[in-house]
Amino acid sequence: MSAIEKQRHIIDFMLASLWRRKGKNLSLVVVYTFVIFLLASVMFFAHAIKKEAALILRDAPEIMVQRLVAGRQGFIPESYIDSIQRIKGVQSVTPRLWGYYYDGQSGANYTLMVNADLKDRPGEIIIGKGVTLRRATTEDKIITRKNDSIPFKTYDGSYLMLQVKGVLPAASELVTSDLVLVSEQDFRKIFSVSKDHATDLVLEVRNDKELSTIAAKITQLYPDTRPILRNEILRTYDAVFDWRAGVIIVILAGAFFAFIILAWDKATGLNAEEKREIGILKAIGWETSDILLMKFWEGAAVSLSAFLMGILSAYLHIFFTASALFAPVLKGWSVLYPDFKLTPFISAYEIAILFFLTVIPYTVATIVPSWRSATIDPDSVMRT
Amino acid sequence: MIQLQHIRKVFNAGKSNEFVAIEGVNLSIDSRKATALKGPSGSGKTTLLSILGCMARPTSGRITLKEREITSLPERFLTDIRRKTFGFMFQQFHLIKGITALENVMIPAYPNGEKHAALKKRAIDLLDRLNLSHKAFAKVEWLSGGEAQRIAIARALINDPAIIIADEPTAHLDTHLSREFMEIMRRLKEQGKTLLIASHDPLVYESDVIDRIIDMRDGKIVFPGAAGDVP
Amino acid sequence: MTFHPGILALLLGSVLTASMLCCCAYEGARIIRNWDIRSGSELQLELERRTYLISMVMSYALGFELLSLFLFIYTADSLSSLFVGAMCAAGSLKVNGFGYPALMLKITDFLLAGVWLIVNFTDNKASDYPLIKTKYGLLILITPFLVAETLVQGAYLLGLKPDIITSCCGTIFTTDANTILSGLIGLPRALSQTACYFSMAVTFLLGLVFYLKGKGGYFFSISTLISFLIAIVALISFISVYFYELPTHHCPFCILHPEYGYVGYPLYITLLAGAVSGLGIGAIMPFRNINSLAEVLPPIQRRLALISILSYAAFMLISGYGIVFSHLSLAAY
Repeated sequence: MSAIEKQRHIIDFMLASLWRRKGKNLSLVVVYTFVIFLLASVMFFAHAIKKEAALILRDAPEIMVQRLVAGRQGFIPESYIDSIQRIKGVQSVTPRLWGYYYDGQSGANYTLMVNADLKDRPGEIIIGKGVTLRRATTEDKIITRKNDSIPFKTYDGSYLMLQVKGVLPAASELVTSDLVLVSEQDFRKIFSVSKDHATDLVLEVRNDKELSTIAAKITQLYPDTRPILRNEILRTYDAVFDWRAGVIIVILAGAFFAFIILAWDKATGLNAEEKREIGILKAIGWETSDILLMKFWEGAAVSLSAFLMGILSAYLHIFFTASALFAPVLKGWSVLYPDFKLTPFISAYEIAILFFLTVIPYTVATIVPSWRSATIDPDSVMRT
Repeated sequence: MIQLQHIRKVFNAGKSNEFVAIEGVNLSIDSRKATALKGPSGSGKTTLLSILGCMARPTSGRITLKEREITSLPERFLTDIRRKTFGFMFQQFHLIKGITALENVMIPAYPNGEKHAALKKRAIDLLDRLNLSHKAFAKVEWLSGGEAQRIAIARALINDPAIIIADEPTAHLDTHLSREFMEIMRRLKEQGKTLLIASHDPLVYESDVIDRIIDMRDGKIVFPGAAGDVP
Repeated sequence: MTFHPGILALLLGSVLTASMLCCCAYEGARIIRNWDIRSGSELQLELERRTYLISMVMSYALGFELLSLFLFIYTADSLSSLFVGAMCAAGSLKVNGFGYPALMLKITDFLLAGVWLIVNFTDNKASDYPLIKTKYGLLILITPFLVAETLVQGAYLLGLKPDIITSCCGTIFTTDANTILSGLIGLPRALSQTACYFSMAVTFLLGLVFYLKGKGGYFFSISTLISFLIAIVALISFISVYFYELPTHHCPFCILHPEYGYVGYPLYITLLAGAVSGLGIGAIMPFRNINSLAEVLPPIQRRLALISILSYAAFMLISGYGIVFSHLSLAAY
């Protein structure tokens, strides 16, 4: 088909001339790739973290009931359990005991949580990976291992030595890094929480559709409580990560604009050699739309290579080097950093957004310069 | 073949550097004949040549090619006609550097969309007839003056045009190569092509290949000549 | 909310396109005022060069409109998790009053841009640009629509607040609500099915007549538009139901999801293709008698007719496939 042959010829010629001027085009491709790399890294990270959070939260309780005292979370009386249990649709109500413990030695905050497995094993704890590093940052560089003991300062100033009986698997690091699981007795020894109070209540509900109704009924029963729905948490995570990703993208706007200006500059700054070449093409029989086609394919070739390389390197960056460049900003502030080995998750949607944010502005920046170079008069070579 | 009526070409009209390149040109070019355009630089030779070759539109006047009026044709149609009817040779050859001789020859035919294999064969045949097939895959920077000129001729012939236009073809050639060039022109004329050559080289316009000389000065034709008029 | 990457992408893209269109409209006005094909003046040559630029920009704009239509729906979809009650794009679009109008405008703009490109293509085929003033007049008419789309879309995207409670497609696209939409869905299935098959059959017939005999161009064109609208209603009313295999699920957006094999994309793309080419035929019909177009226009129309017929045929095939191979039998409903 003649139209296809024509495209083929034009593409051949275009690739050859790009190659002939590889020095000039290379710098553009490098910057283009870098911009895509930055944007893609941000988006892949945000998307993967959201997916990860969703997976982890899958096992989280559907409703959590907290009690608010003067606007802050206080302890909830276990007497509330009965009435809440009787609400239609509630399958079970379980009290949870947990709190934050500040470790003076490492300067870190741990989440101390009572676990049913440790019920009759006072003196034993199971810790998350981050806790094992509590002394790794000091000169000792010691990693806390199984059968080591960690001192916990109790509310009355004395110390309780608890022995590590296990370390939580690395795969769950994102949420368990700073976790310490203890028995109920030890918890109450450390924190002086009276026996008939719990930190919060966890509900199992039969029908998903009733969640909001049940939450409303709980607030009616006990106006000092605050029920939190799992899907609200998910939504908040989504929103926060999206927002953070978006903020970074906007911050990168500076780099982005620099790139667009570079692209525009390269496109307009045709040196004499290129102008001459286009002049010759027009003189020997190429029409303006043929040159425009060539410029279109040129843009496509540059964009495609930059896009592929940018996405590939972003993929490797996020999923194989654990986001070496971004982790600090996106994770938030914390002393214990879990290792960010995210599971590779990307979707066509992200690719589409990246395309819109990079290739389209690039194309727009080069439209007018391409057109200007294509509309050189055919007789220009004769007049020189 | 080509008729020009009251052709006028103005550059930068209405501005302080307004320049009238050609004024009141009436001309009729016969087919299968060789016409030479003679005149000093600034006489409007090049502009007239580009108008004759459908490379530029006149500011006013009418042009007819093979009985079809082409004055107001939009560029896409004009270029199509030009590609199929004309073959150009430039003073500086203007070959594209960095690609082979063969590719240079094929380029004017790319927009036609014909099959690559057929096009390549035609290009090689052309080079063959000009005794240059051994240089087909050489980069143009490495060709001698004479070889480059023959590549330029091959490029002009790739679309088998009826009219060949050459702008100062012998400007960078020595006597021997100039004569060789005129011989190639003679062969082309014998094949039935129409030739239009702008030159101030006597070797060209005094050659017996030329049937008619048109003298130009200051944008006007001062001596239209006529077929059979050559002394 | 504004910082969601999808939203940034859509806003950036549409602002760029709208600004380019405004520049084109300005150039178009210049061309309408000063164009004179017979003149060889430098102004005329410059204007001719400008037309290349405008064509290029409009082609890109059309491509962008198509991509951004799907990106818009996809973004609304992915944002649905942020709104209580929304489970897919249908709910997100309802969060504020600009969502559905933005969607309507996007579809309209795609069709308008497509038709303009068809007129432009036709004009370029003639040796004296006979439609130059008409097409730039059209461009000036289209520009406000594109600007409106940018504004409405912007209003929608920037006005999204995650706390608003909205509805899911189950409650929007249902027979219970008191909306026109429910009225349409609640139509007896037999009626919507008949309407769909009938209008498609009429379109095919008129298309064949036009393709073979060259008559009835206007009727065919109008028929393609009507079929487009009826097909969308049919999609909501019964075709999607077969893909979902759930008699109460009528959502037009969920078929774009991976669970259903992304079948929504070919369905919508074939419909859009059929509508654009059909409308294009009607748009250039008035110019059949212009001298320079006499030879080139009919072949263009025939090719458009072919595209339209084949696109709608593809649509019918895909929906038919879905209906026949679905595990659902709607006979009882």
